[in-house]
Amino acid sequence: MEILQQLLNALPGSISQGLIWGIMAIGVYITYRILDVADLTVDGSFATGGVVAVMLILNGWNLWLAMLMAFLAGLLTGAVTGLLHTLMGIPPILAGILTQLSLYSINLKIMSKANQSVNVNQTDLLISLRWVKELAFHNPLITVGIVLVVLIGVLYWFFGTEMGCALRATGANLNMSRAQGINTSFNKVLGIMLSNGLVAFAGAFLCQYQGFADVKMGQGAIVIGLAAVIIGEAIFGKIFRNFALRLLSVALGSIIYYIVVQAVITLGLDANLLKLLSAVIVAIFLAIPYWKRQYKAKHMVRAKGGKVNA
Amino acid sequence: MLEIKNVEKTFNPGTINEKKALNGINLHLNEGDFVTVIGGNGAGKSTMLNMVAGVYPVDCGNIIIDGVDVTRLPEYKRAKYLGRVFQDPMTGTAADMQIEENLALAARRGKTRLLRVGITAKERKEYKELLKILDLGLEERLTAKVGLLSGGQRQALTLLMATLKKPKVLLLDEHTAALDPKTAKKVLDITEEIVLKNNLTTIMITHNMADAIRVGNRLIMMNNGKIIFDVSGEEKKRLTTADLLEKFKVSAGEELSNDRILLS
Repeated sequence: MEILQQLLNALPGSISQGLIWGIMAIGVYITYRILDVADLTVDGSFATGGVVAVMLILNGWNLWLAMLMAFLAGLLTGAVTGLLHTLMGIPPILAGILTQLSLYSINLKIMSKANQSVNVNQTDLLISLRWVKELAFHNPLITVGIVLVVLIGVLYWFFGTEMGCALRATGANLNMSRAQGINTSFNKVLGIMLSNGLVAFAGAFLCQYQGFADVKMGQGAIVIGLAAVIIGEAIFGKIFRNFALRLLSVALGSIIYYIVVQAVITLGLDANLLKLLSAVIVAIFLAIPYWKRQYKAKHMVRAKGGKVNA
Repeated sequence: MLEIKNVEKTFNPGTINEKKALNGINLHLNEGDFVTVIGGNGAGKSTMLNMVAGVYPVDCGNIIIDGVDVTRLPEYKRAKYLGRVFQDPMTGTAADMQIEENLALAARRGKTRLLRVGITAKERKEYKELLKILDLGLEERLTAKVGLLSGGQRQALTLLMATLKKPKVLLLDEHTAALDPKTAKKVLDITEEIVLKNNLTTIMITHNMADAIRVGNRLIMMNNGKIIFDVSGEEKKRLTTADLLEKFKVSAGEELSNDRILLS
């Protein structure tokens, strides 16, 4: 009973975190599902978004303008990875790792130290974990929730435009895209940029939520993003067919991920094991479709063999 | 309409896998020419089409489409002039996208893609009418994912996509080879209908000798990266498969060998 009470108490916080990481996970969805590229830049660009936002906020910038700059910084990190891949022929996973590594130095340089706090008592912030139970606009549940819905709307519109369709086609079939006059290199860069822009934007929210930016805040972000994508698909994949709903399912996947994390911690799991647990869960979910195919293939061979013998 | 001048291509030069795929190809197509291409394994048929499409750069020579030298243009820029259907039904369409979305992508070939809506209501109506021509029931499945279609349906759709915006040259790379005989015939019939109706300049590689003789107004035979036989008009119509095999033996000094060749 006490545990349930604790869980309920922690629920607004878990959902807030889930919403913030949901924006990040939608970024991952764009590369991983739409573009069919596993982009590891996100571990670095997530922190870049936070770092840029914190420094600008401390310098007295308008909060939404700081968020916009974080988004632009994210676009830039994506452009680097995209160009490493398309212009220099580096495989996308390696290109992402290279950018991610270099971003560690860049993030350190931007902050001049490993972490930087933005105290909600001294600085005006868009959201803070302190306000998760307040009935006000600056409650992260409300602000991030509204932003998330708007973002899904904008992305839904964008992927329905000629440019968005070309991006989807690039991810779906490179040969066909080129035959239809689509510049696939440009679209790959564009997709990776857009993805990292969203990831950095989410990072900018998270640093305000937790009250600090840290060069390590993006560590393992790709795994959390993938977990959200996979959980969302596993639970809502059969009922959510529309593209906007698919994006929503990614965000819901992220929220569920954070509620589950909160639950296992409340139940007494060593918090140090959390990343291990996340990785194991993602590995298993990634393996399931493969195992399914293998099982089916085996099954079909047997069925056919039976026919031949009969 | 299409001119291939002295095009040469060697794959993996300087290695043990060196392969001279095109050995000085010259070909001139007039507007409305419908050329069928036959030849043995590794004759350079597909390589020739890929050179025209810009899949790989040429070693030397020029490719001119409708007066424009496209030799240095990347594949996606040449697409403006070309319609292409591939041997593998999976290649020409995006499986994860809807039938109408695939058509809309093709309708914008050669145009700058900006933030206008990707498919308009007017287009949807047009596509419905166009799909009726195929007579495959696709007009009722505009929003179905292409991945749900059969190989024949996908090839027919690819053909429609390739010709939706009238191409200067239509390139068909054994586009019926992966289909069962009945479907292959149907797709070939649709091909002829579309090509003749729009007076399209077309190159069609085929492994079916009878089709190569029956379809189109010109036939070329390739061997070892060269065109060894080029016939058109009345002379082509009078050919038999036996003539072709004999012709090959005389010109190439060996028997025609092709894993998939169909004589009937």
